[in-house]
Amino acid sequence: MVGEATVKEAGITALVAMVLALPLIGLETVEGQGGLVLNSRMLWVLVIGAAVFVGRLALIAWRTREGAGQGNAASRGAAELGERIHAVLPWLAGAAVLFAVIMPFLPFANRTFVDLATLVLIYVMLGWGLNIVVGLAGLLDLGYVAFYAIGAYSFAMLAMHADFSFWMALPFAGLFACAFGVLLGFPVLRLRGDYLAIVTLGFGEMIRIILLNWYDVTGGPDGISRIPRPSLFGLEFTRNSDSAFHKFFDLEYSSLYRLIFLYYLILILALITNWATLRLRRLPIGRAWEALREDEIASRALGLNPTAIKLSAFAIGAMFGGFAGAFFATRQGFISPESFTFIESAIILAIVVMGGMGSQVGVVIAAIVMIGLPEWFRDLQEYRMLLFGAGMVLIMVVRPRGLLSRRNPTIRLHGRKRAGATR
Amino acid sequence: MEYFAQQLINGLTLGSIYGLIAIGYTMVYGIIGMINFAHGEVFMIGAFIALIAFLAVTATGIAFVPLILLIMLATSMIFTAAYGWTVERLAYRPLRGSFRLAPLISAIGMSIFLQNYVQLLQGARVKTLQPIISGGVVLMEDDGFTVVLSYMQMLIVGLTLALMVAFWMMIERSSFGRSQRACEQDRTMAGLLGVDVDRTISLTFVTGAGLAAIAGMMFLLYYGVIDFFIGFLAGLKAFTAAVLGGIGSLPGAMLGGLLIGLIEAFWAGYFTTEYKDVAAFAILVLVLIFRPTGLLGRPEVEKV
Repeated sequence: MVGEATVKEAGITALVAMVLALPLIGLETVEGQGGLVLNSRMLWVLVIGAAVFVGRLALIAWRTREGAGQGNAASRGAAELGERIHAVLPWLAGAAVLFAVIMPFLPFANRTFVDLATLVLIYVMLGWGLNIVVGLAGLLDLGYVAFYAIGAYSFAMLAMHADFSFWMALPFAGLFACAFGVLLGFPVLRLRGDYLAIVTLGFGEMIRIILLNWYDVTGGPDGISRIPRPSLFGLEFTRNSDSAFHKFFDLEYSSLYRLIFLYYLILILALITNWATLRLRRLPIGRAWEALREDEIASRALGLNPTAIKLSAFAIGAMFGGFAGAFFATRQGFISPESFTFIESAIILAIVVMGGMGSQVGVVIAAIVMIGLPEWFRDLQEYRMLLFGAGMVLIMVVRPRGLLSRRNPTIRLHGRKRAGATR
Repeated sequence: MEYFAQQLINGLTLGSIYGLIAIGYTMVYGIIGMINFAHGEVFMIGAFIALIAFLAVTATGIAFVPLILLIMLATSMIFTAAYGWTVERLAYRPLRGSFRLAPLISAIGMSIFLQNYVQLLQGARVKTLQPIISGGVVLMEDDGFTVVLSYMQMLIVGLTLALMVAFWMMIERSSFGRSQRACEQDRTMAGLLGVDVDRTISLTFVTGAGLAAIAGMMFLLYYGVIDFFIGFLAGLKAFTAAVLGGIGSLPGAMLGGLLIGLIEAFWAGYFTTEYKDVAAFAILVLVLIFRPTGLLGRPEVEKV
């Protein structure tokens, strides 16, 4: 049964948990008369100690049975699953796209669902955009949200001050974000690894602080509201306009049409991002990104210019971020610096890494897990972000290489069969 | 001149706090090469535990200020160090030897978790503390403007200096310091020579968290206002400081911290307070352009 050593270990774990719980869980600071006072919740500390003790015992028992059985069955099962998924990947991707296209017409697709799917797709697009920078070029960018913000604000400003429509402003939003990418990238891309990470993180914060304080242009913390909605070849999604979508097609007015239109819009934008990424990987520039990621010195020796190549990855990634930002602005109709905090950058990066770096399908799965599931569990309210953080740690500890961790080689020298045989 | 002196004092005080947090970043980076994103949150937890300790002590009726401070310091350091140890054990150790970004994402997750954990348990409202130590010495006085060095600032700068000396001795002289430096150079080799690598890394986290707890307590005493979100910005600044000084270098972290504190104080004093954070990052970018490994960092030599 349960050995003495096991009980001892569980006891130590419970003790540590109780020490941790003692100040922060056991005592609560509350506003009392004349300042803060402490409120005791010591019962909780005991409950937590007991729970951790039982949990630790269960974990040890499960691990020993697993170990006595057949090696690490869980992880092997997961790896097999990954292999199998990769085998049917083209079919799976096709089916996913097909599902995405017909989804709005399926019976369960109500307003909430379509809206949630739109949100997930924004993150899929951002994930794919960042994947160019992090997954392909291997540059750690912690300030990707800055380009998202630049895209959103430049669209909002063009629309408000210069009367641009969504479609006219979209290329400019991408272009501005791209220009900022070059502007930032130029001085900092000589830096390696983590130095680059902190500078991009700082850049993201700088953009947010500027947006927050440049009141005359950005509206400061109030943001910009009443951003115009996009139209479909001049057909608007309003109730009373003469060129309204439902009047043109002689339909009953429904606000669902606009949601479905926005959904298709982001679906197309996201698919363009995906298509461009897949194409770019086959171009010399894409090969150069991956070569640089694998070994910078060797690439240099072969005559590649690291700065120019990194800059191109940075700029293209930024451009897609800008497009997504413009879409975000037109969907919300309102933007403020609050939407562009560091946590967004972190979530996008987490989507890329958890998806298995460089895996396009992985990004989709990770976006559904990270964005779709928490939205589904809105009822949990304040526990939501707590579980979100814990979930991030848990997924990384269980699957450090991401959910779909096998990446197809970009090129195979001897065809599929032999590559498969040596695996 | 008087104004300048006052900003200098303020900047040095702020810089001491940043420097203490920055040491935690730089030590962890030096030994396992990862950015410990949750370190800012550890600092925040240190501040909260110090506050709780203060309330608990005053509730028992002790009114002797140095004793209160000592109990706050000890309690905050012990419990925060326990948090530092647990974070490493749960979120980073299983990922050791995994690829570079895995611990980073895990650390970001941990940071989100800890922030919400404190928010849930202690509430989202700001916590204010009446100043425990008030008063100061007037250094200069010139037509209405006085330069004051408060006792609080003296305590912060003095304590930081003392800690630096003690910490330096520990790294240079103690057996833990030797193991720590050995692991920093080559973990595998250190392990082969009988250094308990896991234990050394754990102790590194514990030390870093202890210093962060002191910084958290200083923050609480100096500003008198804390909430669950203070860890993010302070952590970001401290990490900037570590990079500015050259990440992996302990004197660099302290120097970087002081510089960031001074930049902030002077920028806020002479220009605008809104853009003081922008100034700190802009200086970081400028320094890195000319010295890509920071002020005191060793240039990275890559072997093929």
